[in-house]
Amino acid sequence: MITVERLNKTYKTAKGRITALENIDLHIRKGDIFGIIGFSGAGKSTLIRCLNRLEEPDSGRITIGGQEITSLSGKALRQARQKIGMIFQQFNLLDAKTVYDNVAFPLTVAGWPRAEIRTRVREILDLVQLSDKEKMYPAQLSGGQKQRVGIARALANDPDVLLSDEATSALDPETTYSILELLKDINRQLKLTIVLITHELDVLQHICNRMAVIERGKIVETGTVDKLFAHPESETARRFVAIARMAYANRFLPQGQGAAT
Amino acid sequence: MRSDLPDLLWEGLRETLYMVFWSSLFATALGLLLGIVLVAAEKGGVLPAPLFHKIVGTAINTVRSMPFIILIILLLPLSRLVVGTTLGPTAAIVWLSIGAAPFLARIIETSLKEVGAGKIEAAKSVGASPAAIVFRVLIPEALPALVRGMTIAVIAITEFTAVAGAIGAGGLGSLAIRFGYQRFREDILFATVALIVVLVQIIQWSGDFAARSIERRRFRQE
Repeated sequence: MITVERLNKTYKTAKGRITALENIDLHIRKGDIFGIIGFSGAGKSTLIRCLNRLEEPDSGRITIGGQEITSLSGKALRQARQKIGMIFQQFNLLDAKTVYDNVAFPLTVAGWPRAEIRTRVREILDLVQLSDKEKMYPAQLSGGQKQRVGIARALANDPDVLLSDEATSALDPETTYSILELLKDINRQLKLTIVLITHELDVLQHICNRMAVIERGKIVETGTVDKLFAHPESETARRFVAIARMAYANRFLPQGQGAAT
Repeated sequence: MRSDLPDLLWEGLRETLYMVFWSSLFATALGLLLGIVLVAAEKGGVLPAPLFHKIVGTAINTVRSMPFIILIILLLPLSRLVVGTTLGPTAAIVWLSIGAAPFLARIIETSLKEVGAGKIEAAKSVGASPAAIVFRVLIPEALPALVRGMTIAVIAITEFTAVAGAIGAGGLGSLAIRFGYQRFREDILFATVALIVVLVQIIQWSGDFAARSIERRRFRQE
């Protein structure tokens, strides 16, 4: 479904070039919920943003659904983007538009007739359980509701892929859970491939079936999520798993031993 | 108070309103166009064209650096060409529109740039074209700021009409200079000043009201 080959990206800074991504190879299968995990600054955000060319890679090839994304420009790129939904950590909703108009936006842009837009928006708002909020403005919604609108907007034009750029990182645990459940449902119902980046092991554990670990711009480990927990190979993976285990141990050990020293 | 006062004031007010209205309209149209170019053509904008951006930016700075009274003199041939005369309120609309457009362009540029990069990225991610980003995202999102900026500009245009009055534009400014100053008619001087003050208050109040009602609609709490 998604193939990334020898992807490179550097940033120019005052001190010279900084390598953000180095020879990234990645293969994501259709219907996967694929998690990319890494610490801050590892390059995960740059990587996911290269997939729909919000960032321009320096070199390498990205293919999504048989279409070579890295060779597109102008109108062809815009049309390809219509089939690659994206959700964001800060939701990035349009404050000037109602919930309805936010969700309608990708369809308006794609030139859908008004009547069809109406049917589709109602359908998708129903899917994210926000049918009663269509006349509200984003400022009147909670964080979780805003992200549901973000998801509805990303799904409106019936994409093949959904990219999630830390979509739950600004939400409380309960809301995170409900958003993850929603993504899981969507993945099942719509046979949608989801690529998500996160710095939270819980997120990976909860919904991803496959994952990649990114460390200083390189993919250092890839495979099933179960494998990551059972046999973490990379430094980053080991640190993530160790932090999770430590937190768990600290919480339960003293209590379990009855040792109130 | 002499009997000619109401008639003179009424005529001056009508001319001022006429100049302010049309100049604001043309200057906003031109300023919006230039402001969009400044935002879109910039490096990293939705339709980058750095050289074009530089040319437009320099032209705007050049016009803005000229004192208005000198700009008027330079524009006299243009107003003769466009409206056939260099006298009266209609000629002044030419000077005022061109004088205020670069100012509006900068105000509009500033407002449009306040729109968060995330919103632009979200629009790009659904495949929006540069034009769709400008007209369906940037302008609606920046609307309250645009309205406030335009209020500042319309008041500046009102002030400029008084300056234009010194070169034969007509209006309240001209009245104050010709009668109030040159003929020692203090009644006219004070009356015109009072009228301009009231006019500026009304413009500011309307602008605030419009911007606030847009914001209230978007950000009201249930």
